[in-house]
Amino acid sequence: MDKRTCLYEKHIGLEAKMVSFGGFEMPIQYTDITDEHLAVRQHCGVFDVSHMGEVLVTGPEAERFVQHIFTNDVKGLEAGKILYGMMLHENGGTIDDLLVYKEADDRFFLVINAANIDKDYAWISSEAQKYDVKAENQSEYYGQIAVQGPDTERIVESVLGLECKELVFYTFKHIEVDGETIIVSRTGYTGEDGFEIYGSHKFIQQAWDKLLACGEVKPCGLGCRDTLRFEVGLPLYGDELTDDLSPLEAGLGMFCKLDKEEFVGREAVAKQKEEGLTRKIVGIELEGKAIPRHGYEVVVNDEVVGHVTTGYNSIMTGKSVCMALVDIAYAKLDTPVQVRIHRKLHNGVVVKKRFYQKSYKK
Amino acid sequence: MAKVIEGLYYAESHEYVRVEGEFGYVGITDYAQSQLGNVTYVDMPEVDDEVTAGEEFGAVESVKAASDVISPVSGTIVEINEALEDQPELINQDAFANWIIKVQLSDPSEVENLMDAAAYEAICK
Repeated sequence: MDKRTCLYEKHIGLEAKMVSFGGFEMPIQYTDITDEHLAVRQHCGVFDVSHMGEVLVTGPEAERFVQHIFTNDVKGLEAGKILYGMMLHENGGTIDDLLVYKEADDRFFLVINAANIDKDYAWISSEAQKYDVKAENQSEYYGQIAVQGPDTERIVESVLGLECKELVFYTFKHIEVDGETIIVSRTGYTGEDGFEIYGSHKFIQQAWDKLLACGEVKPCGLGCRDTLRFEVGLPLYGDELTDDLSPLEAGLGMFCKLDKEEFVGREAVAKQKEEGLTRKIVGIELEGKAIPRHGYEVVVNDEVVGHVTTGYNSIMTGKSVCMALVDIAYAKLDTPVQVRIHRKLHNGVVVKKRFYQKSYKK
Repeated sequence: MAKVIEGLYYAESHEYVRVEGEFGYVGITDYAQSQLGNVTYVDMPEVDDEVTAGEEFGAVESVKAASDVISPVSGTIVEINEALEDQPELINQDAFANWIIKVQLSDPSEVENLMDAAAYEAICK
């Protein structure tokens, strides 16, 4: 039985099409994926992302512990800043990708993927036993919305009354509202400017209602969340990152700080880097409009050289594009490849994964 | 409420065939297009390809999903609806007018295995 978020009743009221995602019953679309996608690129959209997991790490060894489980480097990071990175298995495969919010030297807030909450928390808890830290799964407490798009700053300030102008990209702050402390961060998963807001179920429900009532914000489902993140080349755990794929293979090496003293999986990733990769996630642009989907074969000279991880007809460019995991011999830009779509081979070429330019406010 | 037209034959997998003489026009039903949402691409076979009743011959795609199209009849494709190549959304506008393939039927009696409008309407509820 799938879980429901604190905004479930709102989705039903809006007649959203609901699907199972990461163990939650979530809206995939309210009206139409394309309209919702465009709302975020051009104005403002709000997503229920309450399914995301939150883990609070506290204690005297919190920083040392986060350094141990996280591929990015939080040493010397200022409070109020956020880093993206991964947690890895010893063999370099990816347990999850996550955001780490530094609240203080002894306090870090980890935001993880819904589908991985149980797996992550079990692993974090077991690693935490070796440190003087406490790791607390707060996923049940927090609701979360992502408000995304070029008009978001003005709307979050005026409609929600949250001062957020001064936040730069990948920073956050706590705000006291009606006796509770909420978290507002300038982050997102769409390639547009925007904020993610964490609070009690009651606060999130009220914020959702206010945003929808103002008439300027479109409710957006997971369908366009996927088309938006894909278009700007952001990975989705389960597609471009898995237990069997390392961040290097996913092209996310910049988030793996191999010069750090240690983190779980560091040796495996360092070895991969030294010996060279055997496969890599690339972008592919196809001729024509046929849509490459997850799992479709990438073919060169009648030989399967990889598989599509995510693909769409890009809503902003109209081109059929995909990300695919391919043998390293075919990973160079401009390499001609084919994708098998419903029996037929379609010609394409390896391109950069960023199919559309991000417009963050830095 | 999805539209159903009298006189066509319907498959459980939501395709229809309109029989005119020795030919059948095959497409997806109005119910199928409404479930799929905005159609962004129609993957079509080629003229002279053989189709077999119960087997897929193409796909209709929305942004999120690809849905196989299964032929309700057997025969040889004599024409494909080329308008769908540039305007796949025609299927949303009128699924029954915008058939996908025209088939020369090899066994016209096969339509007896399909549903009439009343029976099909009942399964769409």
